Amino acid sequence: MTKFIVILLSAVFINNYVLSRFLGICPFLGVSKKLDSATGMSLAVIFVMLMATAATWPIQHFLLDPNGLGYLQTIVFILVIAALVQLVEIILKRYIPSLHKSLGVYLPLITTNCAVLGVTIMNISEEYSFAEAMVNSLGSGLGFFLAMVMFSGVRSTIEGSDIPESFKGLPVTLVAASITALSFLGFSGVIENLFPM
Amino acid sequence: MINDILTAVIPVVIIGIICAAVLVIASKLMAVKEDERFPKIRECLPGANCGACGFAGCDGYAKALCEKEGTPTNLCVPGADAVSKQLSELMGVEFEDVIEQVAVVHCGGDCEKTSDKYDYAGIQSCSAAKLLYGGKGSCTYGCLGFGDCASVCPKKAISIVNGVAKVDTKECIGCGLCTKTCPQKLITLVADVEKVVVTCSNKDKGAVTRKVCTNGCIGCKKCERVCPMGAIKVTDNCAVIDYEKCTDCTDFGVCAKNCTTGCIMISDLSGMHRF
Repeated sequence: MTKFIVILLSAVFINNYVLSRFLGICPFLGVSKKLDSATGMSLAVIFVMLMATAATWPIQHFLLDPNGLGYLQTIVFILVIAALVQLVEIILKRYIPSLHKSLGVYLPLITTNCAVLGVTIMNISEEYSFAEAMVNSLGSGLGFFLAMVMFSGVRSTIEGSDIPESFKGLPVTLVAASITALSFLGFSGVIENLFPM
Repeated sequence: MINDILTAVIPVVIIGIICAAVLVIASKLMAVKEDERFPKIRECLPGANCGACGFAGCDGYAKALCEKEGTPTNLCVPGADAVSKQLSELMGVEFEDVIEQVAVVHCGGDCEKTSDKYDYAGIQSCSAAKLLYGGKGSCTYGCLGFGDCASVCPKKAISIVNGVAKVDTKECIGCGLCTKTCPQKLITLVADVEKVVVTCSNKDKGAVTRKVCTNGCIGCKKCERVCPMGAIKVTDNCAVIDYEKCTDCTDFGVCAKNCTTGCIMISDLSGMHRF
């Protein structure tokens, strides 16, 4: 049980995909302007990360590894995740239109998002079991959610403040993002001391 | 050698084919039934995807017409009356006139009237130039002159003349793409072709405005006093015309004639002029 908590917490705070590993920066900067679109995007990311792990972990362990095709990992994962997300979109559109409406616009955006691919590959390279991999994906998704929601708050504050002319727009957003990332550096080492193994 | 390549290629191809097959089957099995009117409505619309109707592109408008009863059929500005007529026939509702609109540029600071504060040699687009100290012009509110608006215009009705965007009112279909593209928010849509327009958006105090551009509105409020309809109001040191009130003017163009700097102009089919 402790192991799951450690994986979950470290995925959310210490190895936060956006703020520590710098994956998935594109949606982080692109969709974080408003809180509701940031939440929508993050929920879609959590959903896709879990789906992708559930699909890619068995592929790696039952298809690629036994046949010595481990080196095809990246291309096969991209292929499978892209197809999977499209499939999920079709299913949602048919059966759960309300969910499709709220997640729909974001789903195609993250078909080949590097954070999603990163999670699935990291799950393999860390040699997680299936359950651990799922927990890690959930944590990574929650970490993305946390970063997005935090940053959309930061951005709405930026909008209302008086910024020097040359910093307006993208420059100040990038500066704010780096400071937010810096704050997450404070979490490093916390887990090792909380749960000594 | 060839075996090595094949052992890599074949599994990927097989997985690809399986994924494709699953997707094809899924999209056939779980296809959402489209309203049969949808393709017909979509056919009528011009397909410029300009968003002037307020929906996300022509598809969005067609979808709204199908699904929401009572969506007005006269929202397609580029399609004008012809499209509205077709749509109203398809939907079986009364034909409504489309309010045609035309884009106007609220800046008249051309090369003679204003000056540059530095030489810009970066990416030749307004949105890029604006990032560097609000553009190269000494007026930070004015037209940047790189023609972002001209490049999105589906009718090529906008051209950069002497450093300022000019709208060809004969060509403009009023789709409003330029109003969304302009990083300075200088372009707005007005109903009807013949209108008076304030060709300045500078919100600085009169003296400051005057220093950077001789065309700029200095907020003297003379237009406020001469306007017979009470439609002009100086807000934030810049005259703004309320087009709701600026109709059936008893003395059309009096504001343009009396403007001290000449920034209020008459816009009609022949272009912009003061008298």
